[in-house]
Amino acid sequence: MRALRLLALAALPLSVVGVFFALPVGAMVARGLFADGSFDPGALLDVLGRERTGRILGFTLWSAAFGTVLSVVLGLPAAHVLHRLDLPGVRVARGLLLVPFVLPTVVVGAAFRALLADGGPLGFLGWEGSAAAIVAALVFFNVSVVVRVVGASWATLDPRPAEAAAALGASPARVLATVTLPALRPAIVSAAAVVFLFCSTAFGVVLTLGGQRHATVETEIYLLTRAFDLPAAACLSLVQVLGVVALLVVLGRLRADGPDGTAVGRRPVVPRRPRRPDVPAVVVTALVGVASAVPVLALVATSLRVRGEWTLANYRALTGVDEDSPVLVPVTQALRNSLQTAADATWMALLLGGLVAVVLTRRPRGRGERVVRSVLDGFFMLPLGVSAVVLGFGLLVTVARPPFALRDEPLLVPLVQALVALPLVVRTLVPVLAGIDDRQRQAAASLGASPARTLLVVDLPVAWRPVLAAGGFAFAASLGEFGATSFLARPDHPTLPVVVARLLGTPGVTGEQSNPGTAMAGAVVLAATVTVVVLAVERLRVPSTGAL
Amino acid sequence: MSPHPGTGPRTGLELVGAGVEYDGAPALRDASLHLPRGEVLAVLGPSGSGKSTLLRAVAGLEDLASGSVAFDGEDLAGVPVHRRSFALMFQDGQLFAHLSVGRNVAYPLRLRRTPRPAVRARVAELLELVGLAGYADRPPATLSGGERQRVALARALACEPRLLLLDEPLSALDRGLRERLAGDLRRILVAAGTTALLVTHDVDEALATADRLALVRGGRVVQEGPAAAVDAAPVDADAARQLGYAHVLAPDVAARALAPAGAGASGRGGLAVRRTGWEVVVPGGLAGTVTEQRRTGAGPRLVVAVPGVGEVEARLPGTGPAPAAGAPVRVAVDPASTAPIG
Repeated sequence: MRALRLLALAALPLSVVGVFFALPVGAMVARGLFADGSFDPGALLDVLGRERTGRILGFTLWSAAFGTVLSVVLGLPAAHVLHRLDLPGVRVARGLLLVPFVLPTVVVGAAFRALLADGGPLGFLGWEGSAAAIVAALVFFNVSVVVRVVGASWATLDPRPAEAAAALGASPARVLATVTLPALRPAIVSAAAVVFLFCSTAFGVVLTLGGQRHATVETEIYLLTRAFDLPAAACLSLVQVLGVVALLVVLGRLRADGPDGTAVGRRPVVPRRPRRPDVPAVVVTALVGVASAVPVLALVATSLRVRGEWTLANYRALTGVDEDSPVLVPVTQALRNSLQTAADATWMALLLGGLVAVVLTRRPRGRGERVVRSVLDGFFMLPLGVSAVVLGFGLLVTVARPPFALRDEPLLVPLVQALVALPLVVRTLVPVLAGIDDRQRQAAASLGASPARTLLVVDLPVAWRPVLAAGGFAFAASLGEFGATSFLARPDHPTLPVVVARLLGTPGVTGEQSNPGTAMAGAVVLAATVTVVVLAVERLRVPSTGAL
Repeated sequence: MSPHPGTGPRTGLELVGAGVEYDGAPALRDASLHLPRGEVLAVLGPSGSGKSTLLRAVAGLEDLASGSVAFDGEDLAGVPVHRRSFALMFQDGQLFAHLSVGRNVAYPLRLRRTPRPAVRARVAELLELVGLAGYADRPPATLSGGERQRVALARALACEPRLLLLDEPLSALDRGLRERLAGDLRRILVAAGTTALLVTHDVDEALATADRLALVRGGRVVQEGPAAAVDAAPVDADAARQLGYAHVLAPDVAARALAPAGAGASGRGGLAVRRTGWEVVVPGGLAGTVTEQRRTGAGPRLVVAVPGVGEVEARLPGTGPAPAAGAPVRVAVDPASTAPIG
């Protein structure tokens, strides 16, 4: 009976994720394995044997590994400073440091291009189109993930073991190495795994920065698809899906072995004033802050220049479309499309994510229920790691065709964006709902409250802020979503990231403005919109958004 | 207690007018005390009294807003926690969960780059001292609360600190274990010759372990001195209650209550009486009314309502029939269970 009720709750998210996620991704994988209708691993091996494939796999792995290590190394001091120290402006800095993570990948790509291009502020580095630029952009994105995830853990870490160690004679560095870092290990491993996932499936950044020289599995899938080498694209998709699943499994294991309540003490900790040993961490944090601001400032500066002159022409051009423009609608129209799409995606993500979170946090009775629950948990996490490009392309070859024929359905794009945002929503809501003592629900029920009423009086008062926060993140993620949208958005109804990418990819100066300049101006508008949303969310002060 | 201006630096720990503030709100005010080397000082106070703040200030975990903390005459301002050669033991031990018992105890030794064989020998010796020989390879999670505190104590003693700071070392344990361990703690501290400062809210724990006693209330040290002296002469009624006295009698009432025994004297602030210090007398003493007969672990008691004092538990002399509820009786105090105040 209970199991049936849980399944009924899970039915909607299950069928949506099934049809709009598992089916298309499965179709892509099938294409790799079944050439001409029969099982043919040969094609797979053939693609894997290509010299280019090996190079791409290698680059994907090492750029992701490098990006992960740098993100962790830079993120740890910042996590300490932003979550444990009492410094002026720390709260604002925490909010601002979250911005890079939710900036649309296309915007980040544009920002780094503006920064590193010949004649750009850092053009002398000669990093344009280089692997260093890609890694730098990946770090730019993901430092904030480390700060969030590790910082959330650090913020409530019981300081007394560290104090005991110090009193026993351990220097601050020794305390860090022998007490604090071991206690933070689960959070660090978790953050590193997620960052590695993000780095190895990054699409927009690599596509805009990598040029012809550097491709990752994700961009290669895109390029192969564009070149209609579908078996090869499907094969790489399969490799990627397997890799991501493996990583998620490992991550789940690590989480299961993670801190049991006794291992690491948790208590609210009041931030303290910095002392001398904190100076290096504060300096690193300041540098990270500056390094995060520079690309954004470069982006703004570039958007204000045409042929070396300061001008607002690029912004004026946002409202119009030239005859020879590569896009069909003006940027302002694309922004309207984006906002509309994001609004739709947000309610869908909240509806689906809310149902999933409720299902996942009902206390399981018995082994069967527990197994079902953990399988569902993993299932709904999949969109986190599976390439949005695979998803977008998979949708094109499945639901866009009969019997679904949903290609022109206006809700298709928001629905797909909602699926991409789903893990974020679930991960924000689950800790909050799980944190509610089940006995409160039982008390409400014993006093005569129906299940719906229990939800209303027990869960909602605690969960409304996280729900709003999750909505904000879903909105921001949807505004910036590029991978899947680039496949699915109709040319006459593009979103802003799609338009920005098209303009970026089409150099040329027409009249007053330049296409890349207009793209930069569009990116600034997009970044500003997302920033406003994220800072509004940050004001809600929901601590658990780092619980990825 | 005032510091001793004019005298040279004294050995051991000396606080002079120490104050600590949290966000401008004083948590510890003008605290002065002296702990000679080799002695154990218990700082006794209710929760929120500032006693833990005092301990953290001595450890170097809190900065002083005023006054000074010195050890052997050396001012410790600006000396970071890890260079003070103090050791700190928390209420719940704070063992490092990722290290075994042996490695926990070895932690301070390894910090000092002690050679391996010496570490092993010293760990064995310390575990022996705290009664946990053979526990070296166990993870802390498998220990009971009392065992964890013993390991924490061994770890704190390992670095031979010049001062051992103990924050409610036994409070997390249940009553029986607490009483037993308090004695053990005293024995271990004396055996190791350790200078120790212990904060607690439990007067029995304080008296069982300490040579000296400091009473803290509202962020101030209200009384300090040898434990027996403090216990025998609380400075005021609140100090008397902190020391576990159940009743405080005004001087005139005290004189009448002491009269039958013909000994003892009230102070200017009155007389503190322990819960067990009352007996039924004929004649003299204070008039009261029996409200109930009660059996206690120490034999039968009469609960007597005494006007101006409240309900007291009085011992019955001899074996005669106990007066019934409502009967008038007279009660007096045993001078050995009293202390003059002020």
